[in-house]
Amino acid sequence: MAWGFWVDIICGRLMMGGMYGRWGVGLIMLLVLVLGCQRVPADAGRVTVRYWEKWSGDEAAAMQAVVDQFNASQDRIFVEFLSMSNVDRKTLVATAGGDPPDVVGLWLQNVYSFADRSALLPLDDFIRSTGQTTTEWQSRYAPVYAAMGEYRGAVWAVPSAPVTTALHWNKKLFREAGLDPERPPRTVQELDEFADRLTKRDPRTGQIVQMGFLPQEPGWFAWAFPRWFGGEYLAEQQIVIGTQPGNRAAYEWSAGYTERYGLEAIRSFASGFGNFASPQNPFLAGQLAMVLQGVWMDSFISQFAPDLEYGVAPWPAAVPGQENFTLADADMLAIPRGAKHPLEAWEFIQFVSTANRQAQRVEELTGVELLCYRQRKHSPLREWSPFFEQHHPHRYIAFFRQLANSPNAITLPKIGIWQEYRRELDAVFADTRLQRKSPADALAFCQSRISESWRWHQRSLERRQQ
Amino acid sequence: MTTGERRHVRNGLLFCAPWLVGLTVFTGYPVVASLFYSFCDYSILQAPVFSGTENYQRLLSDSVFWQSLRNTLLFALLSLPAGMVVALGLAMLLNTGARGLAVWRTIFYLPSIVPVVASSMLWLWIFNGKFGLLNWVLGPVWRWWGATPPAWLADPAWAKPALALMSLWGVGNSMVIYLAGLQQVPVELYEAAEIDGASARQRFWHVTLPLISPVIYFNLIMGIIGTLQCFTQVFVMTGGADGAPARSTLLYALYLFSVAFYDLRMGYASALAWVLFLVIVTLTIIATKLMEKRVHYAT
Repeated sequence: MAWGFWVDIICGRLMMGGMYGRWGVGLIMLLVLVLGCQRVPADAGRVTVRYWEKWSGDEAAAMQAVVDQFNASQDRIFVEFLSMSNVDRKTLVATAGGDPPDVVGLWLQNVYSFADRSALLPLDDFIRSTGQTTTEWQSRYAPVYAAMGEYRGAVWAVPSAPVTTALHWNKKLFREAGLDPERPPRTVQELDEFADRLTKRDPRTGQIVQMGFLPQEPGWFAWAFPRWFGGEYLAEQQIVIGTQPGNRAAYEWSAGYTERYGLEAIRSFASGFGNFASPQNPFLAGQLAMVLQGVWMDSFISQFAPDLEYGVAPWPAAVPGQENFTLADADMLAIPRGAKHPLEAWEFIQFVSTANRQAQRVEELTGVELLCYRQRKHSPLREWSPFFEQHHPHRYIAFFRQLANSPNAITLPKIGIWQEYRRELDAVFADTRLQRKSPADALAFCQSRISESWRWHQRSLERRQQ
Repeated sequence: MTTGERRHVRNGLLFCAPWLVGLTVFTGYPVVASLFYSFCDYSILQAPVFSGTENYQRLLSDSVFWQSLRNTLLFALLSLPAGMVVALGLAMLLNTGARGLAVWRTIFYLPSIVPVVASSMLWLWIFNGKFGLLNWVLGPVWRWWGATPPAWLADPAWAKPALALMSLWGVGNSMVIYLAGLQQVPVELYEAAEIDGASARQRFWHVTLPLISPVIYFNLIMGIIGTLQCFTQVFVMTGGADGAPARSTLLYALYLFSVAFYDLRMGYASALAWVLFLVIVTLTIIATKLMEKRVHYAT
């Protein structure tokens, strides 16, 4: 009787107008509204933890494997993994709107600015709930990665997949240029000399057809050049980019490539470069003999240029005594303020932050080691399972681990306005490389602009503490 | 008002209600809120704190703000007249009554319905200094003059002209509006002018232009608004939010976006948005004043 009534309204009388028709339309609209807004639980009876991550492709598949492993490991929590672009901006808007995910995979650079704006939950209490002190928890990581999540006296995020960067060189091109293919440059002076020997021009047109090294390729680490050259960004809470000699030396060095090889010649040569993730990547295509790249490069080499004969080395020393210099970074897991299930979110983060030290096979790898094995990266933990260490798919993984433990492993400065600072440093790099400004002028401009922003930021923080 | 009329008004309002509610909630409220936020220290993530005119004061000393404004005005100066001339030219060609008019109209209109991101990716390749289609075509001309073909988007001097050139790709909309205007011009006027001995050029200046002046005015105003808010193609083509190379393509909307979503300074970004609004209003008033005596509406 009841079913007949509803079917009658929805199907039969809808088109006829009248009382039933209006009720029918109203009912359908209501149903659409209610069902449309309803979140269907992925697994009934379990707490659903929403996890947003920035990666797609192989990296996302690796994290999905860890999520699946966690979901299968217990029957109380179900992690719903969602890979998306611009995760930082989406988290920002969702947090402001009061409906953030429970776990978010942020870029390291987001951690400090989000923490400054109270957008993340400090993890210290969660860590203590595991029976460990914060120091004990953090000491499980290589120091450079442990330090990444610490800011203003609290732990705001933990590393998942880490990165260190190294000089990658093409052994075949070294051999062709008469260089020892097993001997990478050890200093910046050697890097420049090797680059000269590896640069070739077309004898007919004079155009560059191969280069040894280009500071702007891939251009992601130009902000780190000042630290590489012994400079500093912030000292005693003051911006010092325009006053430290190392900073100027860094951009004088990078601009030197334009002076040596010619602005137009480099521009013409570089305009032939293909996308990073393609066989036309200049390093993979043999157009560039040396490049600064991260631990991820091995995946792209295996995929697009499996026959490439390459080696890895620390960034060549830019100042005397600088050994094993590297730039470290990591994907960071955090719990946004306002997350609905912070305890369950922490349980998942804890799972991702540990590993099965007894693993004997790939199938037995868990948590961070499974993630890093699948992503062909090193583990951020100090201790590795013997299987992970001995059967890792990256041929140079021990070297990247060694770099991560180097006292000269640097990472992003902990500055709440870092995104803006970095944009200005990229502008300094571009202006000097393109010969639009001298390094001194470009750095003076950066100093004045960032100092003003920094004062503004401090004022904003003070205003909120009042 | 009879009962029936009242019912019609009520029903009419009810049917409009979703749109009215949408306009109020999703447009009206944000606009008013952004005006308030422009006087606040606001990071999106925390409650706004009133900071008086601090944001507007900072604008005056923000050299990147001035640079982005200069870039945007220069881009508008390059792309707007070029776009209007090309759109009108195409419309006039389509108005000649040539065979296959519908096909040509469709062909010229098609680019403007291609999604901006897709067309931007396409133009990235067209502008490639080494393998790009544009330099393949123009390269010999450049070399004939003894010059090197430009690297377009890789060269700060050529990046803005490149963007302006690309903006011609989307003239389809204004072309169709010009075409509609041209088709409204009475044929008798051309005939009368021809009998009086007017040349083609004179017919264009003294008959066509005055009669389509309302359409030109409309396209000019829409063009000012559109070019000053240009964002997507620059964001896609210059690989992020800093207007590479060397901030030569840092347009106003791009800078506003960086300030809001990278630097988390939504209060300052709101002030930037309101200044842009004032710039657009000012330019619109200037354009209206300049066109006042030149726009002829048919009576």
